[in-house]
Amino acid sequence: MAERLAAYRALLGAQARSQAAYRTSFVVDLVGNVGATVFDVVTVLVLFGVTRELGGFTLREALVIVGLSSFAFATADLLVGNIERLPRYVRTGLFDAVLVRPLGALPQLLLMDLPLRKVSRALFGLAVLVVAVTSAGIDWTPARLVLVLVAPLAAVVFFGAVFVTTATVSFYWIDSGELANSVTYGGRDFTSYPVTVYGGWFRTLFAYGMGFAFVSYHPALALLGRADPLGLPAWAGWASPVVALVAAAVAATAWRVGVRHYRSTGS
Amino acid sequence: MGSVTATVAPPTGSNVTRWFRTFGAIVVAGFRRHATYRQAALAGVVTNTVFGFLRCYIFLAVAGTAGSVAGYDRAQLATFVWAGQGLLAVILLWGWTDLADRIRTGEIASDLLRPVHPVTSYLAADLGRAGFASLSRLLPPVLIGPLFFDVYLPRRWATVPLFALSVLVAVVLCFGCRFLVNATAYWLQDVRGAVILWTLCSGVLAGLYFPLRFLPGWLQLPLWYATPFPSLFQTPLDVLVERDPAPTQLGLVGLQVAWAVLILAACRLVQRRAERRLVVQGG
Repeated sequence: MAERLAAYRALLGAQARSQAAYRTSFVVDLVGNVGATVFDVVTVLVLFGVTRELGGFTLREALVIVGLSSFAFATADLLVGNIERLPRYVRTGLFDAVLVRPLGALPQLLLMDLPLRKVSRALFGLAVLVVAVTSAGIDWTPARLVLVLVAPLAAVVFFGAVFVTTATVSFYWIDSGELANSVTYGGRDFTSYPVTVYGGWFRTLFAYGMGFAFVSYHPALALLGRADPLGLPAWAGWASPVVALVAAAVAATAWRVGVRHYRSTGS
Repeated sequence: MGSVTATVAPPTGSNVTRWFRTFGAIVVAGFRRHATYRQAALAGVVTNTVFGFLRCYIFLAVAGTAGSVAGYDRAQLATFVWAGQGLLAVILLWGWTDLADRIRTGEIASDLLRPVHPVTSYLAADLGRAGFASLSRLLPPVLIGPLFFDVYLPRRWATVPLFALSVLVAVVLCFGCRFLVNATAYWLQDVRGAVILWTLCSGVLAGLYFPLRFLPGWLQLPLWYATPFPSLFQTPLDVLVERDPAPTQLGLVGLQVAWAVLILAACRLVQRRAERRLVVQGG
């Protein structure tokens, strides 16, 4: 076990050194990455520039949802987001090399190119979350203090599970291209707004079928002490850790089945 | 552009005809090259559709019960979103680094040996790519959107040809911008910085994240006149949903054309400068 950890630590250390070697590029990357998340938040501010409320929520309330979503997505993207390169590994045959090493395939892939440049994005997401929850006029109780710590972590686990699950599609469909983006980045956009904004089967599918409502919407309702306009009981805000664990279990299963199904492209 | 080489006697036909024949052949080659990636196109359509739903619901919520925002009614917003999702792949804002890759690897040398100017040949190939994309990527969202939302159909007959022209100019302009971003590889070893900057600016300033008319008025004028971004994406869509009266529409497309000419001229200038200093690596 200790040997294994040492091997993982060596992989991570090599990554960190190689990425920091080109200092200018690294700084450009840090700035560029935070830009993407900044513009997501700017978009929300622009939308509130032309309307006073969105789906029945004011800007302050909506920012709690945005903060939860951006922090969780950015952090999950930092930790496991690079799994979206899996299609390339499968196509080029690099995945074979990963499989023959005496370490877990998933941790290796994640550590092999942990994108340290995305740290800036996660920190910005955290800043938005902190500003949002402190300025939303939340009536703090011990239970809500626990929730404000647990909900972001559960959301990180959830997004991480989404990244892994969608990446496994490429074991079956190598040319799936940007298909995974529709659920990962789509999920990020979906969770940046109150679920009340959406309608019809699309809302049912994303919010409850895939569980995205429990990433930011329901925890935000519980923090703000608002009843769900769509009629789910108040405990739904506390369900996010359970939903995250279920998602993680699904991801683990999908990964195992996918790896077992994997046939080398033989190139 | 002439196709005169040392080994072949100069043909006697008209120059202009030959120019068009070469250009056309490269366009067709570009179309056929991209027509082979059918599965990737299908995956792209699914992604565009999901984002179509997301953006459409969000903008409709912004319009709220009042039913209109920034001069768009609900149906116009729906058309803006769904046509925009299709247009995204046609103008291809992101993900084109062919030129930068060829400069980095030195393969650009073989492009420079060809009797066709690099800007012209890359533009022709890109038009072919856009042609295939308008069938495989623009049509599906435009057909799927109306199944789920009330969309706005143009009411003036002149809008349809003007929209087609506006899309064509947007493709040329977007190609020019991408060429310039890629051409920084002649001077910098690593184009990642330039690409990141382009990705960020083009997404938010072209009107993809939100219609630019949502911005405060004092920002709009400098944005349209001083940057090419609104001409890439916002203008064709504004033309399609008839956001403005016909004369204004014509003016916007005229502005687009001006930007396209300017950027293409810049491409040729940059290419000439680059060729003077280029040292091809490797053998």
